[in-house]
Amino acid sequence: MKRKALKAAFSSTIPVFAGFLFLGASYGFLMNSKGFGTGWVLLISATVFAGSLQFAALELLVSTFNPLYALVLALIINARHLFYGFSMLKEYRGIKKIKPFLIFGLVDETFSIIASKDPGEEIDKPWYYFFVTLLNYIYWVGSCVIGSLLGSIWGAELEGVEFVLTALFIVLLLNQLTEQKKYSSALTGFICTVICLGLFGRDMFLLPAMLLIVSSLLLFKRPIERKWQQ
Amino acid sequence: MTTAQTAVTIAVLALGTLITRALPFICFPEGKKIPPIIEYLANTLPCAAMAFLVVYCFKDTKLLSYPYGLPKIIAAAFVVVVHLWKKNTLFSIFGGTAVYMVLLRIF
Repeated sequence: MKRKALKAAFSSTIPVFAGFLFLGASYGFLMNSKGFGTGWVLLISATVFAGSLQFAALELLVSTFNPLYALVLALIINARHLFYGFSMLKEYRGIKKIKPFLIFGLVDETFSIIASKDPGEEIDKPWYYFFVTLLNYIYWVGSCVIGSLLGSIWGAELEGVEFVLTALFIVLLLNQLTEQKKYSSALTGFICTVICLGLFGRDMFLLPAMLLIVSSLLLFKRPIERKWQQ
Repeated sequence: MTTAQTAVTIAVLALGTLITRALPFICFPEGKKIPPIIEYLANTLPCAAMAFLVVYCFKDTKLLSYPYGLPKIIAAAFVVVVHLWKKNTLFSIFGGTAVYMVLLRIF
């Protein structure tokens, strides 16, 4: 049962592996260039485990000590995880021992894989969720450490590989729409985010976009629910 | 920063991140009934959040100056078309990435 779940989790996380190897190794290398050794890289990627925050906090770690700012930065950049938590509330219900780890590891990539695809009837879901989370965690921490050990393991020729994660999210969104047919929610999410990105700019759009999405979904609750019943 | 201060900063970053991931589960622990409005959001948010995440990936793309985000937009369109046509997840992802890497060097 466990082996089947592991196999399924491995095949759904292959693109994450490629994306993380590139991003994580770049991160480890960058941390080195700021004077942080492999121990620090291991500590931060194993405890924080949030790529975009880790990159955003690079400057923070070499400037003056300001824990309050660090906390606010973490909350703002990662506020999107609230969405993932609410999305997974029901899926993760009833899972016992491993639930804290599933919650700790609910990153963009893990959420998108779990939310978009049903692993199939013959696969034990809690174990599948566990292995997807664990593999993504290992890929990330491992890649960060590799990057800091080897320095830049590649040059400019691999520039652009990070698109693998964008492509993954697009494909998973399409799979999710084919499976669940909730076009109106996806459209709401898309339009609200584009509007807020245009209005507030890339540094400020996250929270307004999240608020606009939730309020639009609530505002259009009736028509959206009517559509599902059809 | 001293070593201790760096360690504290990392701990705070980890704590902040954990809060954002755990808060929904802390608000609605096992056994506590999920109210209908949250249940509705739990049903609609996954698709909305995925669309949000896709747009999020384009946040650093500059549309107003050369090359106007074209490599990324064309590669994304390629992924969409190829995926709707072939429905092969790995091919769409790695094919799209190859297209993006080539376009990045042409523009």
